[in-house]
Amino acid sequence: MTQSNAVKAQYPENHLPNFLSESDDKVTIKTKSWGEIEIFSSQIFSFPEGILGFNFVDSFAFLQEDSSPFMWMQAISEPDLSFVVIEPESFMDSYDLAVSQNDIDSIGEKSIENIKVLFIVTIPEKTSDMTANLQGPIILNLQNKTGKQSISLSDKYKTRHSILEELNKRGK
Amino acid sequence: MLVLARKTNESIMIGDDIELVVVEVKGDQVKLGIKAPKKIAVHRKEIFDEIKQANIGAVSQKFTPNALRDLSDYFKTKDTKE
Repeated sequence: MTQSNAVKAQYPENHLPNFLSESDDKVTIKTKSWGEIEIFSSQIFSFPEGILGFNFVDSFAFLQEDSSPFMWMQAISEPDLSFVVIEPESFMDSYDLAVSQNDIDSIGEKSIENIKVLFIVTIPEKTSDMTANLQGPIILNLQNKTGKQSISLSDKYKTRHSILEELNKRGK
Repeated sequence: MLVLARKTNESIMIGDDIELVVVEVKGDQVKLGIKAPKKIAVHRKEIFDEIKQANIGAVSQKFTPNALRDLSDYFKTKDTKE
């Protein structure tokens, strides 16, 4: 084992998010945290428009460690660029997906019910202040593997929504 | 940029199906009414900027998988708290 491998965190065996299934073929991608890893090609989604601020990134891989509520959204073309994402169900009772028909069309989806929703998480130094971006949900078409960062039409969702506050609400 | 002068209750058309109406002008604030097909998303520009800033803030964090694993505890303890 080379020295550079030794300093990388051990990549967990079970890295397939629960909303995705295995594919026959695998691909090797470069990641920030684990170096080069092999994943199922079903974990890669195309983002034709990129995401706001990162319009040049046109595909992301979704990785999850076993039993973690968090996932990684790793840019394929930029090994150093990855986001932490989370499913609404992990910390909220319900999330009303209110997005424009154009956004739904642009990922090739017909019905809002089939859309998989994820939020980008911001984790500050004081980790209990971590927030999820409910205003700019990541929407995924699981069939054709296309994704987009949408913008909620509802004004009740903000870009920095406290995850712990929501978790506490749910406990009551 | 095309600049058009309009009075209250006057409007402009964008394409065949988007109409922008000047509803009210009060000091430096203009109230606009937008008639557009349902599939067209209409947002204040600040929202785009906010989401962009949130994305940039989310990626600049120096966060490791190990640190993230520790955070999972917040979720585990939610049933046993109190």
